[in-house]
Amino acid sequence: MSKVVIEHAEASETFNKDESYVDWHDETLWFVRKKRDISSKLLPEWEELRETASQIKNYVLSHMDDLLETFEKNAKANGIHLHWAVDAKEHNEIVLAILKQHKVEKMVKSKSMLTEECHMNEFLIQNGIEVIDTDLGERIVQLRQEPPSHIVLPAIHLKKKDIGDLFHEHLGTDAGATDPQYLTEAARQHLRDKFLTRRAALTGVNFAVAETGGFVVCTNEGNADMGAHLADVHIASMGFEKIIPLQSHLGVFLRLLARSATGQPVTTYSSHFKKPREGQEMHLVIVDNGRSTQLGRPDFKNSLKCIRCGACMNTCPVYRRSGGHSYHNAVAGPIGSILAPNLDMTKNADLPFASTLCGSCSNVCPVKIDIHDQLYKWRQVLVQGGHVPQAKEIGVKAMSMVLSQPRFYQWSGRLGRSVMRTLPFMVNNSLNPWFKQREMPEPPKESFRDWFVRNRK
Amino acid sequence: MSSREKILQQVKLNKPAETVLPTHYTFNSGYKDTEEKFKEILQAIYTEVIIVESKEHLREKVEEMYVDVVNKATTIPELASWADFSLQVADPHDLELIEVAILQAEFGVAENGAVWISDNHLQHRVLPFITQNLAFVIPRNALVNNMHDAYNRLSDTTGWGCFIAGPSKTADIEQSLVIGAHGARSMVIFLVEN
Ligand code: SF4
Repeated sequence: MSKVVIEHAEASETFNKDESYVDWHDETLWFVRKKRDISSKLLPEWEELRETASQIKNYVLSHMDDLLETFEKNAKANGIHLHWAVDAKEHNEIVLAILKQHKVEKMVKSKSMLTEECHMNEFLIQNGIEVIDTDLGERIVQLRQEPPSHIVLPAIHLKKKDIGDLFHEHLGTDAGATDPQYLTEAARQHLRDKFLTRRAALTGVNFAVAETGGFVVCTNEGNADMGAHLADVHIASMGFEKIIPLQSHLGVFLRLLARSATGQPVTTYSSHFKKPREGQEMHLVIVDNGRSTQLGRPDFKNSLKCIRCGACMNTCPVYRRSGGHSYHNAVAGPIGSILAPNLDMTKNADLPFASTLCGSCSNVCPVKIDIHDQLYKWRQVLVQGGHVPQAKEIGVKAMSMVLSQPRFYQWSGRLGRSVMRTLPFMVNNSLNPWFKQREMPEPPKESFRDWFVRNRK
Repeated sequence: MSSREKILQQVKLNKPAETVLPTHYTFNSGYKDTEEKFKEILQAIYTEVIIVESKEHLREKVEEMYVDVVNKATTIPELASWADFSLQVADPHDLELIEVAILQAEFGVAENGAVWISDNHLQHRVLPFITQNLAFVIPRNALVNNMHDAYNRLSDTTGWGCFIAGPSKTADIEQSLVIGAHGARSMVIFLVEN
């Protein structure tokens, strides 16, 4: 039975072909993670902030309907046109209808993972609309006709040589030029022209504030603002979980978001949209697309607290060495692996297994989502539901048997260690996915537990 | 049933048991010197902070800094005759040629170097983004410690406002920091005495 279309493990094999490249990817993301550590340690209240953010988000989950209704009332009073979409298809159709109504055939867009989730670009292009992504990283992957590989750093899987070649082909930069400054300047010129000539702009939403009926969009490049303030029509798309109760709660979230994402104390631009400017039309599409189902899963509802900072990806040993594309989902990494099975259990059954369950993701998450616990729980659900191919299923069953019986665990560990010492080929073969591109570690002669027992007086 | 009703109904049905909001959610940053912190953070994000004694002094400073620049715009009345680009345009696209804009803003935040600007200070929202170079003018005493203080202070009821911290930037090419992505290529903040 082979139900899984692309397997994470398979896709990461491709990614792992060039060892020095994977090392670079790994180290670069770890460097971003370290910047997060330094930045967070400058705030003595960091842990309290995380706890506070988590509690606010818990409140949001348990009052979602009230908050959405309050937001709707206030947003409408501000003159924003509000739309509700049960799924991706409806979202895309709403956007298309707005564009058609205004006879717009070309649109600029700033970063929105939701539109990736909805595959909006493909849909609009099929319907004769040109969509230009304006975030530099997103423009790069768009020109390469591939999806972003990271929610905050969309082109992190590429080297400057790849981008130099790409820009030479599409933007006419000098052949062989790889200087990031030069390439960024070329993109600036190219995209300025788009900003100045497009009449519609779509942005994502980082936070929607029930109290004010407004929403906040955070960027470093300024592309969301450039697009929105020049366009006649501004469309913003949000998953309904982006709602927060009060404007002053932004103090908590904006302090956490950029520090967790890149280690910056705040993004360059935190733009608060409340009313359209004179003569402009502002639309907001509130999307469900499986979120209300996830809200009803006690084990997985916490995934809706996510503020999309990307910290769990930067810290994840599996993500860093397998790359975002191996997750075959709009949101990659640990959080993506919890969100994806909610959308399609069969197609995404492999993702909760793309983790060592080391817990590093849960430790860095600014809203304290129990990410690795949820990954572990998804495994049970997916195996029980028959969504997991057999090879992995046997492994999982054996694993949960081992882990649920401490005695057996001690014994099997001892056995495992001696097998590895005497018959290393049995472990270092292609049946063991962890061996791919890796030398298995030298097994220690005794486990810490054995050592401890022996050395205890 | 409309999509709105469907979503709200499903949410009502599925939402977890009620929890309460934390009552205490703001924190103090006891900086010894708020202005020093503000300057230090801005320096790290490539922004110069210049203290001027008065609007006259500001004018002198500005004249000396942007000697050969054309297409200068401002919202500061005292600098009106220094500017050579009128903001009285009907279409914001016309602002595309602006080389430097010196704009009144409201207050700054020491913990991250952000400055609040809104419809209160601008006829054209796109101005701080479309200008090639940007300078903000804020009163020297209009600095708060952190974002909690900032939202406490924020009484803005206009339709749009933004915290801006430094010039526009990107690191999307191999994580190398490049200043001047889509917005301003440089940023200066003038703190005016009184
Ligand atoms: S799950 Fe947590 S760490 Fe991961 S992106 Fe979301 S908020 Fe950030």
